[in-house]
Amino acid sequence: MTEKKTPQLDELEKGQWPSFVTEIKKAAATNAASEDLLHLLERSYEDRIGHWKHGGIVGVRGYGGGVIGRYTDLPEEYPNLAEFHTIRLAQPAGWFYDSKALRSICDIWEKHGSGLTNFHGSTGDIIMLGTTTDHIQPAFDEFSEAGFDLGGSGSDLRSPSCCVGPARCEYACYDTLEACHNITNEYQDEIHRPMWPYKFKIKFSGCANDCTASIARSDCSVIGTWRDTIQIDQDAVKQYAADGLDIQDRVCDKCPTRCLKFNSETKELTVIGEDCTRCMHCINYMPKAIRAGKVKGATILFGGKSTIVQSAFMSWVIVPFMKMESEDDFAEFKDLMGRVWEWWDENGKTRERIGETIYRLGMGKFLRECELPPVPQMVFRPRANPYVFWPQDEIIK
Amino acid sequence: MSILDQGPPDYKKMIPPIIKDNYGKWIYHEIPKPGVLKHVSETGDELFSVRVGSPRLISLDFVRNLCDLADAYCDGYLRFTSRNNVEFLLSDASKVEPLIAALTEKGLPVGGTGASLSNIVHTQGWIHCHTPATDASGIVKAVMDDLFEYFGSMKLPAKLRVGLACCLNMCGAAHCSDLAIVGVHRTVPRINDEKIAKGTEIPSLVASCPTGAIRPNPKAKSVTIVDDKCMYCGNCYTMSPGMEIMDGKNDGCAILVGGKVSNARNVPSFSRMVIPFLPNNPPRWPEVTDAVRMIVEVWIAHARKGERMSEWIERIGWERFFTLTDIPFSDKLIDDYIFSRETFRTSATFKY
Repeated sequence: MTEKKTPQLDELEKGQWPSFVTEIKKAAATNAASEDLLHLLERSYEDRIGHWKHGGIVGVRGYGGGVIGRYTDLPEEYPNLAEFHTIRLAQPAGWFYDSKALRSICDIWEKHGSGLTNFHGSTGDIIMLGTTTDHIQPAFDEFSEAGFDLGGSGSDLRSPSCCVGPARCEYACYDTLEACHNITNEYQDEIHRPMWPYKFKIKFSGCANDCTASIARSDCSVIGTWRDTIQIDQDAVKQYAADGLDIQDRVCDKCPTRCLKFNSETKELTVIGEDCTRCMHCINYMPKAIRAGKVKGATILFGGKSTIVQSAFMSWVIVPFMKMESEDDFAEFKDLMGRVWEWWDENGKTRERIGETIYRLGMGKFLRECELPPVPQMVFRPRANPYVFWPQDEIIK
Repeated sequence: MSILDQGPPDYKKMIPPIIKDNYGKWIYHEIPKPGVLKHVSETGDELFSVRVGSPRLISLDFVRNLCDLADAYCDGYLRFTSRNNVEFLLSDASKVEPLIAALTEKGLPVGGTGASLSNIVHTQGWIHCHTPATDASGIVKAVMDDLFEYFGSMKLPAKLRVGLACCLNMCGAAHCSDLAIVGVHRTVPRINDEKIAKGTEIPSLVASCPTGAIRPNPKAKSVTIVDDKCMYCGNCYTMSPGMEIMDGKNDGCAILVGGKVSNARNVPSFSRMVIPFLPNNPPRWPEVTDAVRMIVEVWIAHARKGERMSEWIERIGWERFFTLTDIPFSDKLIDDYIFSRETFRTSATFKY
């Protein structure tokens, strides 16, 4: 195998961006599967197709998800990739680590896997890339001992993820890390034992900048917001003006609702509170001078997903404002999730994301059956057609 | 023995003391230089985060290397971002420059803050996925090499978020990126009756097709496809290995632009297709890197300060986007799937 050349991949070791090829080669120095992976990838570069096939089900005792079976379609030529499964490990909230925890992952994966990882996968898990069926259970036992658990896969709750939140961000309107950690722990059964029509993702973003892309990437998006009015520190505004920021042009004129007025003489900034939609633009530009309001919480949206099958959906506003501060608030969120999952479980077709189920059956039915009050914040604008499904009890008999 | 359902490690044990002390107390941040964030707390404490690009697919050597640096410069603490960057968390300002020097020596790029190109969020591609229409890591490496100057500087009109998805499942959620590279198939799946008969649930396979192109073929215990109805989404291949859709001659990439997830200023938006197909041309995908660079450079030349791709295009109009970029417009760019109507112009106002 060592005589085989990888000219195309070698080309990708050049250039200034860190090279994944160099990483595979480092792993290949001590791991036969990684060495085969290098050559299989070169083969894909020649053939211009992938060489992985659908896998049989693999996993660990007690769980139905968390391990993804992967097998090459060329096992005779690349025998060390005959089995090359992925183990998903649930990440700590906010993707914070100390070196001790990271080194423990490395030591275990050196023993049981290819030596390759992703920090992180698209959903948020630590991805342990490539091991054999025999090694899955021992690897899990050791990861478990080191304090790590598996993430989700298949038709289950996928590992929730969150932004850096109050750990390092002044914009956070709720504690995204605590919410994510608390709610993830509540739903360990839902994460580890697939039981739904399809996958379900939750992402927690502390503000409308939405650094976890929750509106695009999760079935349930929890986006921090506030109910009252932004707080303005006029001294800090004056300082920004003195430092040369063109507040009128960069802040006021870019405000989507034109709710900010800058007095160029007094150098004071005022807001028409009821016109503000809390988009974050002014706060992003003037974090020292403008802060979120005091009544903080989150907007809960449902339905986000990517293109397959019915086109991409962005999540829809379902609960405009929910407090997210205390255990009681989390309980209210969990109560909502319970109703929504039950409805989806009952109505969803196989491999139908909740957004597609809601869209197929109608938002009205979803709201009624989940006991959610319809409010104008849910729509950009009301319907243009008169085709209302009237409930029979509103009809004069 | 394993412990079941213990959940993820507690983040409280993974955060550095300076964050514990100032949790929820941060009042503002600055970007003293590209790749460095300075967060200031109401207690007066200052936290410096040094952001570093990573190829996402990394070896254990790479992880241990990060650990060594974290041990040497920030008491062993670091974090990763939602865009697969690494952030070293320093409470000692005097260690920032030595850390950057050490990173630079190891070839690790510092950047990705403010009006820059951050790391490309991407999928597995030919490395490990069973449904890809293109590679992921290879194109990302080629594009990041080509646009490297924009990672370590902050000279773009606004932030630039690029996503790559190696098929329409879009694990990378490229559908709301300033610029998205998406693997696309262009040919009808080749039906392998034997594989389908072996272990496929025919009704599920038939139901998986969004356009109703797949019909049962009871004689062969398989299915048939109405070719004209197939739009090559590959959903059937996810359901059955007998619907072979990968095609080395015809698979490639589409380019979409103008998406975003942030609510700042304008509402979140989907990326829109502007180039329906570019060939898979490994190892460096020159057609893709050229197209990406061209679009980025036209944006730089014409956008106002602070305007993200979507804001710039919506201000000038998509028709002007095609004029300025000289990208040929064709009927392939006009939606003919189920939610197409809202994209047709219902106004007599437009530009040339």
